[in-house]
Amino acid sequence: MMLAEHAAGFVAAAEKNPNPLLPDAAEMIFGTIAFLIVLFVLGKMLIPRIQQTLAERTDAIEGGIKRAEEAQDEAQRVLEQYKEQLAEARHEAARLREEAREQGAQIIAEMREQAQTEAQRVIDQAHAQIEADRQQAFTRLRTEIGELAVDLASRIVGESLEDEARRRGTVDRFLDQLEDRARAEA
Amino acid sequence: MSAPHILAKDFEAPGLGLFQWKPLFHIGPFAVAKPIVLCALVMIIVIAFFWAAFAKPKLVPRGWQNVGEVAYMFVRDEIGRPFLGKDSEKWMRLLIPVFFFVWLGNLMSVVPVAQFPVNSRIAFPLVLAVLIYLTFWVVGIKNQGFFGLLKNATMPPDLPWALYIIVIPIEFVSTFFIRPFTHAVRLFANMFAGHLLIALFATVGFHFLWEKVTPLGFGVGVLGAVLTIVMTAFELFIQAVQAYVFTLLAAFYISAGLYSDH
Repeated sequence: MMLAEHAAGFVAAAEKNPNPLLPDAAEMIFGTIAFLIVLFVLGKMLIPRIQQTLAERTDAIEGGIKRAEEAQDEAQRVLEQYKEQLAEARHEAARLREEAREQGAQIIAEMREQAQTEAQRVIDQAHAQIEADRQQAFTRLRTEIGELAVDLASRIVGESLEDEARRRGTVDRFLDQLEDRARAEA
Repeated sequence: MSAPHILAKDFEAPGLGLFQWKPLFHIGPFAVAKPIVLCALVMIIVIAFFWAAFAKPKLVPRGWQNVGEVAYMFVRDEIGRPFLGKDSEKWMRLLIPVFFFVWLGNLMSVVPVAQFPVNSRIAFPLVLAVLIYLTFWVVGIKNQGFFGLLKNATMPPDLPWALYIIVIPIEFVSTFFIRPFTHAVRLFANMFAGHLLIALFATVGFHFLWEKVTPLGFGVGVLGAVLTIVMTAFELFIQAVQAYVFTLLAAFYISAGLYSDH
């Protein structure tokens, strides 16, 4: 007993042979009260709080994972969409290029045709003009030659060819003869 | 006279008196001695710790909440869930107070100045065991009915009928009468014996190294001092194990009340 007395100072062997298996009434009552207080404060107040927090944390983590998955899905979807759009745009561009090339070729062909037509027209016009000019020159020449010839003939013959119709006939005949001769020479 | 007798002539081993305390004061007819004071201290520490940890729990834990969560999850995963499965959340409200009330009561054995395991006084384990025994009855009758509880507890299925003659009385007495006592006495006896052992070695060390130093007794004193330290370390382990076992059995008894398939 000495050590215990030294250590604690207030130990007492109240009974000579105490039975340690007999519960003390005060201890039972106080033990019950103390435990019930602990049970109340922890069980009714504190543990429900931490359980709720743990549940919320689980939710938050699961929610976070779910949100991340959703975001990834969304990103994947958008990427697919972009790729699709890009492919479409490339296709469209190729189509436009092809179309433009065709159109260009067509335009060139059209222009060429048009130019040829125009050239032909100009040539034809020129030919007609030349023909007309030649005709005109020929007619005038014929007239002048006729007059000159008549003038010359009247001077030589000294007679005035008064009858216009006869005169014209003579000149024409003469000229036809000239023409025939020229053709024959050619 | 032989040497040991001479050596230990004046040595008096600590006895049962180690567990008898002078009343410090009285509340009505009840004498309040050191065990009750320590019990109150345990109550205050348990409440203070869990208040610090869980009063305002955060989604991202800090400080005491981390420690509290480790404590909570230990009891939940090691004791609650194996026995009570999906019902464990609800019963954690009982198991956490039981575990920490018992463990801290045990721990008082090695706390300087306190140095007395609260649960080496049979009254404290007994009231806990009785509370759990009553809980077993309440949930048992609620979930299985009175006769269902009797039948499920005393008649394990698939036994040859002749065996029931032996099994039924054994199971009946063991489940409904012996259980609360074994539950309480297991804890009490461990703490009682542990305290007695530490006190014995400490007394040996003190007696032979301080009170009565002799050349022959010196070695014995050193051995006593060393063993005091070793036993204290061992007691730390036993205290935790006994708190664990006490709570485990509580969970098991409650599960026996909740579920019939045992």
